[in-house]
Parts: sequence; structure tokens; C-alpha cells
Amino acid sequence: MVSLEHSEAAAAGTPRRGRGSRALADRWRALPVLARNLLAAAAALLGIFLLTSVTSPITDLHIASVGYYMLAVAGLQLLIGFSGQISLGHGAFMFIGAYTMALLVLHQPMLPLWLNMAATVVVSCVAGVLVGAATARLHGPYLAGATLALAVGLPSLTVRFPELLGGNNGLSITTRGAPPALSGLITNSQWHAVVVWLTTLIGLVILATISSGRMGRRMRAIRDDEAAAALAGIPVGRTKVIAFVISAGCGGLAGASHTYLLGTATPSSFALTLSLSLLAALVLGGLGSLWGALWGAIALVYFELWGTELAHSLDLSTNVANNVPIVLFGVLLILIVLIWPQGLHGMVRRLGALVRRRG
Amino acid sequence: MATTTADPLLEAEGITVRFGGLTALNGVSLAVAPGTVVGLIGPNGAGKTTLFNVVSGVVHPQQGRILWKGAPLGDHRPHHLAKRRIARTFQGLNLFPGMTVLDNVIVGADRLASGTMPEMLTGLGRYQRDERRLRERAMAALEEFGIADAARALPGTLPYGVQKQVALARAVVADPQLLLLDEPASGLSGAEITALGKRIREFSEQMGVLLVEHHMDLVMEICDHIVVLNFGEVISAGTPAEIQADPAVTKAYLGADTEEGPDA
Ligand SMILES: Nc1ncnc2c1ncn2[C@@H]1O[C@H](COP(=O)(O)OP(=O)(O)O)[C@@H](O)[C@H]1O
Ligand SMILES: [Mg+2]
Repeated sequence: MVSLEHSEAAAAGTPRRGRGSRALADRWRALPVLARNLLAAAAALLGIFLLTSVTSPITDLHIASVGYYMLAVAGLQLLIGFSGQISLGHGAFMFIGAYTMALLVLHQPMLPLWLNMAATVVVSCVAGVLVGAATARLHGPYLAGATLALAVGLPSLTVRFPELLGGNNGLSITTRGAPPALSGLITNSQWHAVVVWLTTLIGLVILATISSGRMGRRMRAIRDDEAAAALAGIPVGRTKVIAFVISAGCGGLAGASHTYLLGTATPSSFALTLSLSLLAALVLGGLGSLWGALWGAIALVYFELWGTELAHSLDLSTNVANNVPIVLFGVLLILIVLIWPQGLHGMVRRLGALVRRRG
Repeated sequence: MATTTADPLLEAEGITVRFGGLTALNGVSLAVAPGTVVGLIGPNGAGKTTLFNVVSGVVHPQQGRILWKGAPLGDHRPHHLAKRRIARTFQGLNLFPGMTVLDNVIVGADRLASGTMPEMLTGLGRYQRDERRLRERAMAALEEFGIADAARALPGTLPYGVQKQVALARAVVADPQLLLLDEPASGLSGAEITALGKRIREFSEQMGVLLVEHHMDLVMEICDHIVVLNFGEVISAGTPAEIQADPAVTKAYLGADTEEGPDA
């Protein structure tokens, strides 16, 4: 799989296997980080393709949703888990990405999807530079407050500029399904899932490569001790802004995937609860490892579903029903943090270590 | 302990630092030549750490300047030091608690890498070679300090003495020309202090060392030159023998009565 763990822990966790598989593992580790991450991403994409060829269209949609949430949470992981900067406003970058995507499709319908995605990354990175540079000197609660204001304020732009951004109803687009050449091979919903996951995996390859190299180490050093990091020659302010920009780019790209997948961008999808949910998913999944983003994203999507189902089966009023997923999620979050402070990823690793010791 | 006639690496000229109404340093001057160990001693609150902070660019002085190899450092910032080959340890440990010992030391070696920002972000170009080189360099440093076994451990799980070694290894791994040590012996056992003294003498073959330390035996044994601060002013400077014979020094220490106490 993608070496989402930074190389240290991955190497430390290598189990004692048979000679053949050990030789294979050695050869794997001898590969350059980028090659390893690309191969793993290709394998993951194949996995998604195979999985979605047996699942129903609605499940494909959920799998794709996990995909774009994972990218958003992974970007947040880089920011919070690696560089130690708190953001309560990550949803704002998803908002920017989602609307950029929708506007591009509406106003430049001839542009290919990949170009829209690339443009979205550029736009959200520029937003990241602005916000990151403005907040680089803020710490802890001040940074949290500033990003919170962003998450609250930005979606209200839609009401301020209703002609351009569609007001409370947002923007609707139609996206093409599977290309005609592949129509017999792949369903539309499967195609959507594969496209979303391809986007996410490209983002993850970059994040994982950063994480296991010098830049990731620089971020972790800053997170742990700014003064000592600076003395090692690490430009603290610049590195923090870089983390902010990359995380914004991932958030924006996740937002673009959201619009592509659902065909809409509405302000209510990017309310403050989204930012808080992303943060909760990050903590739930486990701070410090990109794998945590996967568990967090799965939890985010499926808790939303189960919560909604539960509310329906209990025949609750809409007002209450809307809040059931959030409450469920909150309860789970508190439980996990109390029982496994390292989040779901910490738990998975602990279990993995147990199994290996037995085996 | 030969005194060298080489040009000084580091010179502090008339450094004055005020924190509000408090004058932490008042016209302090000192110099460190290559291949020498210069001791900076004085009672608690004398301004030793503040002088380190001025050299590191953490604190900017109201008056005076710092010269590095004869040229003023100007308004330098802490992250400019590594490239100039100045390294420092802290009075506390200041290790990176969430990173392995090996990664702690690799961070110290960061300046040795040559990859550009885009290469760091994409994994292309010199990324892979830098990784290998930094890792090998850091491992070699850990072996030199006899703590290679702890490479994969988190610092917090190790005994204090070992953590101090990690902090030292992180400071010297990138081959500095000047090493600033802020109380490296605090919290160490007698045997560890003896070993530390030997190591600092070894360092001084490659680099100049400026040492802040409260253990007088260690200071007197390994320093070529000593500067004594009291209330932000230099009250004495000279060889260990001269310092020991100086009544002003004895008076400052007896007056302050904090010779062996932990530093503020
Ligand atoms: N950042 C600061 N702000 C205000 N006062 C400070 C600061 N740093 C040091 N001081 C004060 O300056 C004086 C010298 O402190 P310091 O350099 O830490 O002494 P030493 O290391 O010799 O024990 C002390 O009185 C200390 O309280
Ligand atoms: Mg001090």
C-alpha cells in the first residue's frame, strides 16, 4: 500500500517474514520513495476499480465520497499533525475548490476535467498563500480563531453575490459519465469513483512523499520545538506557510471532487460543521499518520449515513434528525480519544503488532 | 592547552540588552578563536543565556554587534546560523519529542542536504540522495556518541544522560565551526561529566566552543579562556588560573551564593 507512514515507523514495523518475502520487502524499500508511492497508488486505484465493479451505484458514491474526504483530511493532517498548526477552517478551502470547479464548468464548458482540477489546485493554493502568510505569526488559539472566522465567513459570499454564486441554492453542474469508449466496461458511478480516487491518490502520493522526506521532517521539527528547528537552519515561517498552502491545495481539490461527484456546490455543504467534522475525523483517525485520514474519512461518510438512517427509523423531526450524525460522530470521537488517544490508526497499529507477535 | 593566535571566529562587541527596565547585558565583549574552549560563567541571572540568545539571533541587542569571522552578523535570525556553521544546545533539552532519535539528529544535519524546495515536495532530483546522505551522516554521529541502539526510540523513553547525548549529537552532526553549549553538564552524573569534558576537548580540535557551565571543576579543567559575568557585566576574564585567583570572582559568587544551583 501507499507508504503513508513516514519511513521510520514503516521500517520499524516490518515483520519477520519468510526469506522470499523478505527479499521482496528489501527490494521494495530499496526503491525511491516516489516510485514506491506511485506503485502503491496504482495498486490502490486498481483496488478501487475492482471493488467498484462489484458494488452498487449508491455504494460507489459512498466510496467516492470517502475518497475526497480522505484527501481533505490528509491535507489537514499535514497542517495539524505534521506542522502543528491548528485550523478550524479547512472547509473554507473545500468551499473555494468546489465553487471554482462549478464556475469553470458553467462558464468554460469546453475545458477538460483534468484542467479544471489543476486550475482548482492553483486557485486554492493562492488562497492558502494569502491565508497562510496572514496567519503565519499566529499561534494556537489565535490561529484557530482566524481560520474559524474564515470558515464561517466565506460561504456567506454566496448570498452576497447571488448572480455569480447562486445564493443559498448554490450552483448545479452536469458532469459527464464514463467516456463512450469505455461504456461497456465501466458504469458511470464506477467511473466517478475512479476519477475521484485518482485525484485523491495523486494528492496522497505528494503528501506521502513530502511526509517521508526532508520537508516532512522539517514540519514535524517545527511542530515539536520551533526554537530548536530554527537553529537547525529550518526557516520556520516559510515552512509553516508551505504546510498551509499544501493543505489548502488538498482541501480545494477535495472540494472540486465533491462538486464533480455530486454535481452541486451549495453553501450549506460547507458550513462550519464541515470544518469541525474534518478536524474530528482527523483526530478520530489518528494524528501524525496519513493512514489516519483514511479511517477518519470512512468514519465521516458512514456515520453520516448511519446517523441519517437511525434518525429516519426513529421518526425524528428534521431538525433533530439533521443533528444525529454529528452527535453520533461526536460521541465516537470522545470515546476513541479516551480509549485510544492515538486514534483509530493507533489502534490498528497496536492490533497489527499483536497479530505479528502471535504469528 | 595552547592559545592560538588565529583570528577569532566569533566576537561580541559591547553587547547591551535591556528587557524593559532590566539590563541583562551591559557592554559585554568576548571572542572565541578556532580550536579553543571559552567558558562563560557567572551566577544565575548574570546574562549568560541572554548572550547566547544574542549570538543566535533570538534577541537583538540595543547596542553592540556580533562579528562572525570578522564580518558583522547584522539582524540575523536563528535559522541563519546553521548555514554559517554555528550550532547551539539549549539549557533545557529541546529535543523533538514526537520524532525518533535518528530523526532528531537528521534534522540537525538538514543543512548538509542540497535539494531544492521543489525537489523536497516532489521526491524528484536530489530528494533520494539527500535522504540517504542525511541518514548515513546521522547514524554515524549516533555511533560516535555510542547511542546508535537508541536510533528508533523516542527521546522521552530514554534516560536523561542519553537525551543530553542526543542533543549534543544533533548540534554537532552538521559539522559546525562554532559550538555554543548552554549548561551541557546539568543533570549528569560525575562519570558522565568527566566523559563530557573529554568530548568537548575533542570537539575543540574541529571547532571553537563557547561553554556556559556551573560545574566549576569542569570549566576550570577544559577551558582555555574564561569570561565571568555578573549582573550583565564582565567582571573578569582570563585563564582558569587567573580567574581562580581573582578576588572579584570569588566575591560575586559568594555574594550571589548560587554557584551550584539550577539556572533560571
Ligand atoms: N526574554 C526575557 N524577557 C525578560 N527578561 C529576561 C528575558 N530573558 C532573560 N531575562 C532576564 O535577564 C536576566 C539574565 O538572564 P539569563 O541570561 O537567563 O541569565 P543566566 O543564563 O546567566 O542565568 C535575568 O534577570 C532574566 O530574568
Ligand atoms: Mg542560563
